[in-house]
Amino acid sequence: MDKLSLADKTQRPKAINASEIQSSGYTINRRNFFKLLGGGVAIALTHSYVYAWQELGQSMGSALPDEESIAAWIHILEDGSISVFTGKVEVGQNIRTSLAQLVAEELAVPLPRITMTMGDTLLCPYDQGTYGSRTTPYMGPKLRKAAASLKEALVEMAATQWKIPKESVQAKDGQLIHSGSGQALDYGEITKGKKILLPVNDQAALTPPQQWTIAGTSVPKTNGRDFVSGKHQYVSDMELPDMVYGKILRAPSYGASLVSAAIEKAQVSANVTVVQEEGFIGVTAPDPQTAANALAKIDAQWHAAPQPAKAEIFTYLKENSRQNNNEDPAQAEARKAFEASTIRLEQRVEVQYIAHVPLEPRAAVATWGDGQLTVWTGTQRPFGVQEELAEAFSVPKSSIRVFMPDTGSAYGGKHSGEAALEAARLAKAVGKPVKVVWTREEEFKWAYFRPAGLIEMAAAVDDDGLISSWEFHNYNSGGAGIDLPYEASVKHIQFHPSRTPLKQGSYRALASTANIFAIESMMDDLARQLKQNPLDFRLANLKDERLKGVLKAAAGKFGWEKEKVADHGYGIACGFVKNSYIATCVEVAYNRSSEQLSVLRIVAAFDCGAIVNPLHLENQVMGCVLQGLGGALFEEVDFKDGRILNPSLSSYRVPRFADIPPLDIVLLDRKDIPSAGAGETPIVGIAPAIRNAIADATGVKLSSLPLIPQGLKLTN
Amino acid sequence: MATINLTVNKKKYEVDADPQMPLLWVIRDFIGLTGTKYGCGIAQCGACTVHVGDAAVRSCTIPVESVRDQQITTIEGISKDGEHPVQRAWEEIDVPQCGYCQSGQIMAAVALLKSNSKPTDEDINESMTNICRCGTYNRIKKAIKLASENG
Repeated sequence: MDKLSLADKTQRPKAINASEIQSSGYTINRRNFFKLLGGGVAIALTHSYVYAWQELGQSMGSALPDEESIAAWIHILEDGSISVFTGKVEVGQNIRTSLAQLVAEELAVPLPRITMTMGDTLLCPYDQGTYGSRTTPYMGPKLRKAAASLKEALVEMAATQWKIPKESVQAKDGQLIHSGSGQALDYGEITKGKKILLPVNDQAALTPPQQWTIAGTSVPKTNGRDFVSGKHQYVSDMELPDMVYGKILRAPSYGASLVSAAIEKAQVSANVTVVQEEGFIGVTAPDPQTAANALAKIDAQWHAAPQPAKAEIFTYLKENSRQNNNEDPAQAEARKAFEASTIRLEQRVEVQYIAHVPLEPRAAVATWGDGQLTVWTGTQRPFGVQEELAEAFSVPKSSIRVFMPDTGSAYGGKHSGEAALEAARLAKAVGKPVKVVWTREEEFKWAYFRPAGLIEMAAAVDDDGLISSWEFHNYNSGGAGIDLPYEASVKHIQFHPSRTPLKQGSYRALASTANIFAIESMMDDLARQLKQNPLDFRLANLKDERLKGVLKAAAGKFGWEKEKVADHGYGIACGFVKNSYIATCVEVAYNRSSEQLSVLRIVAAFDCGAIVNPLHLENQVMGCVLQGLGGALFEEVDFKDGRILNPSLSSYRVPRFADIPPLDIVLLDRKDIPSAGAGETPIVGIAPAIRNAIADATGVKLSSLPLIPQGLKLTN
Repeated sequence: MATINLTVNKKKYEVDADPQMPLLWVIRDFIGLTGTKYGCGIAQCGACTVHVGDAAVRSCTIPVESVRDQQITTIEGISKDGEHPVQRAWEEIDVPQCGYCQSGQIMAAVALLKSNSKPTDEDINESMTNICRCGTYNRIKKAIKLASENG
């Protein structure tokens, strides 16, 4: 039977022989760049680019940065093709496309000429990771500046060659054009025979977004065809010659320790290998089913440790939280103002743990050879995983290559390298390449969750309807989005870290979802107490023009002032995170006889500055809102005695087609404002907007996330 | 272990496997067609959707022996390079984010359009039960309607 070889399966650019580079023991640096990657003209941009480089071979003095500071490379090869190397990764946010658009724009080349090499620790400079909506606002401008510098340098080279002033040379469509004679030189021709490494020129002029012709347009997904034809090779699809499949023995509950294990029975056939090392038991077999069958035969005894249950989680989080002993004077002041007010409210909000459920579970393929470890894995932090591997196996990072092909999503849930470590450990033990793909159940049980949180707050308004006091405490879920976007005479806002019984970590927008849910619930209830329109109340307490802008845009598109049908409710909410702004309006209907709540329609207005790709931005906003719908309505992790009680897609409910209402998205293109990320913020508005719409329709003021995991019953 | 005759994408295979092994693993690990994905293993998410005859089925829970000698079609079998009208519509609407579920979504949509050439939103909600965790649902609906118009 034909088995595909790995060479067909990776996305490495054809021009680069990565295995040769790896076996040479090199990492790409400014000294060997052209030797390893071919000639041409390149530019290296750094995390700060506060320095300038000279042409390679000249003045390589101490003023040069160390390699650690390099953030990305752009390389024009002698054939005119352009390679961009960045440690950022693609998990469905379509950043592969939008970063290429920014480079193409500033470099004045057609988009198809650009190849993005991403998430490969061998070929790409170090990158912390792809998270926190950082790629567009940080990597984006740096790539633009580098590409613009590169273009200016090419113009100067052409001017020198033609002995004309550089003002007479125009860069366009990957060509340098002599404006007098009309003579044209392709970028490849001018770079031929050269090995020039350029500094970033901070003075290089950027194309203003108002003049963008490639950036700012709806370019479809760069390698989109591969994703509709089933051709794209995810890590879980990869195969190496002689590869075996690994499975790992898991504890029955969190905190359980292994007492004994009889592994003999797992040896179901000659081609099964059982690997037992300290604190680790795994098996390998030629196919996953045999590996799973073998694993199931291991008779292990465990000692369980007591663990808190879902039923007591919020008491647990508060009791185990870090209290601040130094009283903030603002806290006493806020309390005083609260006590003095007649229009005031106290609220307690509970937010459950939820799971990311990336449809591609954790996966890794690992192989050792000549002391070199190569791992393909789906992670948001390939360089972080490289460090984890270096530590675990006591080998230098330079001997480890971690490569991340475009992966089946993450949503903040793939910062870690568990599968990579497991595959590497098994591969080392059995002396063969090993693939580990987690089951859905493993993904639910042994990955990590969005933190649960308890929020306690107290707020008051004065006679003019302005917030006079604001006190806000978040236990465990986090400090993101905790600041009040509204004006308030006095405020005390505090995050109290706590001990978590379940493994918790990053998630799309982090704690902003919880904090903004709480803030926006409180704002609505205050408006209701004042008998004010919730939109007017928000606008009256806001100074931030961008937040006002999205509120008005969403309300306008939604028809906020329109009459409502009986038992229908309107809800609105807004928030900003990391320089982008969302407002969401929702209409719900409550059928009193069937006790069914339906979300009828959603409008979301979003402003993240200058839009790089409207088509993909809309997809991100849609994805955030619809993923947020699950956490808003029904998603929650159930647990007891250290066991996850709903570790499957039949017991943990995520949004499906039938749950999705019509969604209108309004994108505000602020070409005057630098582009911010978009993969997180749009998620924060949906839960409070639904909650407020339910309150509007029924009078029921819900205060927990998810809102209605068991439906909404007004009668007992 | 048993020898099982399978026809996948009009090509005949003789597979030596446990008769109870889910079709998904035979397609992926024995035949080497990896466009069909594992997502949940319990027929809930639809990432593993293939056709048996004209019907969309979830290959992760179908024992391989139950589809002996039947016509099985995977994403690789509906067109050579993504030129099936449904795939074209997917590309035109630019549906995929991470793309992992899209083979299964496309296979479910192709089957739907075979039995119902002009599906309404309700028809789609009822017959498309695949999960897209990235939330591309609205674009999938648009793409199905586009394919329906073009088809």
